[in-house]
Amino acid sequence: MANDVFVLVEHLDGKVNEVTFELLGRGRELATATGGSLVAVLLGSGVKNLAPEFGAADTVLVADHPALAGYTPEGYKRVLGELVKSRAPRVLLIANTAMGMDQAAGLSIDLGWPLVAYAREVAISGGALRAVSQIYGGKLLAEAEVPGDHAIVSVLAGASPAEKGKAAGTPAVEEVAASVDGARVRFKRLIVPEAGDVDITKEPILVSVGRGIGSQENIPLVQDLADSLGAALAASRPIVDQGWLPKTRQVGKSGMTVKPKLYIAVGISGAPEHLEGMRSSSTIVAINTDAAAPIFGIAHYGVVGDLFDVLPALTEKIKGAA
Amino acid sequence: MNILVPVRMVPDLAEELEIDANGKALDRSFLKLRLNEFDEHALEQALLLKEKHGGKVTLLALDAPDVDEALFTGVAKGADTVMKVTGVPEEGVSSHEMARILAEVVKSIPYELILTGVQSIEDRDGQIGPLLASALGIPHVSVVSGVEPTDGARAVTVRQEYAGGVMAEMEVDLPALLGVQAAQQSPRYAPVSKVRQVMKTAKIEEVASPAFEPGAGSNVVRLFKPETGGRAEMFDGSPDEIAEKLYALFGEKGFVKG
Repeated sequence: MANDVFVLVEHLDGKVNEVTFELLGRGRELATATGGSLVAVLLGSGVKNLAPEFGAADTVLVADHPALAGYTPEGYKRVLGELVKSRAPRVLLIANTAMGMDQAAGLSIDLGWPLVAYAREVAISGGALRAVSQIYGGKLLAEAEVPGDHAIVSVLAGASPAEKGKAAGTPAVEEVAASVDGARVRFKRLIVPEAGDVDITKEPILVSVGRGIGSQENIPLVQDLADSLGAALAASRPIVDQGWLPKTRQVGKSGMTVKPKLYIAVGISGAPEHLEGMRSSSTIVAINTDAAAPIFGIAHYGVVGDLFDVLPALTEKIKGAA
Repeated sequence: MNILVPVRMVPDLAEELEIDANGKALDRSFLKLRLNEFDEHALEQALLLKEKHGGKVTLLALDAPDVDEALFTGVAKGADTVMKVTGVPEEGVSSHEMARILAEVVKSIPYELILTGVQSIEDRDGQIGPLLASALGIPHVSVVSGVEPTDGARAVTVRQEYAGGVMAEMEVDLPALLGVQAAQQSPRYAPVSKVRQVMKTAKIEEVASPAFEPGAGSNVVRLFKPETGGRAEMFDGSPDEIAEKLYALFGEKGFVKG
């Protein structure tokens, strides 16, 4: 109860999000430190069959209700809020995703529990909870002490390995009642994007462009480099939000997760949301004017320089040699 | 529809961030602030809704350096009313504190819809959207792109974005708060000349901050820079020399025929 560690399971379309296993792995460490149980909280409709996937947990709490068939922030928050309030765990771990944002911050107010968001690290030692958040676009880390008996931590995807959360086991499954009457948010449908002209998740080489490109008129500069390498053009979120490239080209948290053999990041500073989508690329080359850009922390090879000088020179070199 | 857009001034990441002497907070003495980029999208979405369906857009910010210019720019773009909350701490406030302040302030402002940026770079203790919505007891959806009134403007249909470009469509009863990820078109640009003109004529309404419970719920004990560059092998030289080195690397790895 008061020492337990709760993990909110995130699933979509019958599939459990990988980040849930990362949280379970992290949750196990915390539960060992508190001497409590690790509890996976599974909300949805007809989802009980997913429970055996959470072998790393001691218990799976399942709230199964037709009104939870499609995720809504309100439906989940109401059911999760009731559960967490009555069972009062030491920590509630939630992924820092679209769904997680809704839940973590909302419940912090509803329950009056502190929230630490964008956590990369979270640990309990001597009963005290500490978490390290990645803020300012990944430029700074903030280590915080979290006082009190209960807390919510929203954890960044990719902050810890998923393997530990996939441990085999036979957790106890406990079904709990869910009350979701009078919903003000109604799930309508899931929209799965149609395949674009290029599937960037399948391309061996990606040249990815970010805010550093300045304006849409400069995109051909990057396209030229991509063409010279036989690569596909990808982009970070701001480029897609500006409408300069289609959504199908977006790498990162709200875009695609890519693992090409070569990823060339051009004018991309490396916000955590972007790194989440490309950190597993085999070779990462970053070209950026800012030597302190977080992208250099993950790149294998880096160039601190002006893309408007480096790109034409590189394209020329490759074309000339071909 | 009355649309309220609470916005936040945040450090400009184009500038170097310095940590203060106690190592727990930003050194704000030379800090340049700008409007949170997601708030620009929230404002754009509000203006698009107003242009299509009528209504009023109110832009609301806490007092901060450079906030007047951001608010006047909002007027130049088409906001009807701009307001700032005065008497807030100069060193800025946490997300929880901002939500507590706004929850009081918005009581005197008519709204059916609140649009704000999905997140900001200073949300260490959570995002303003869900914090404020819960404080107000109204429904909320994060990471929204695409908002359309439905059901005789008693509700809005929104799209919530997930990884891989998957989206969920939801219908949300008004009043509601949405955390905007991206407006349906990129934020419009307000020419400097127009902003200057607006500064002479428009007026920023000032509201005194209510008393609020301080704190973020947790205490920063250390603010520090992550180790970067430790992993990357850096190439330097003239653009041609760099191109040469990258080309050699690509050849070595078999990405080009060297």
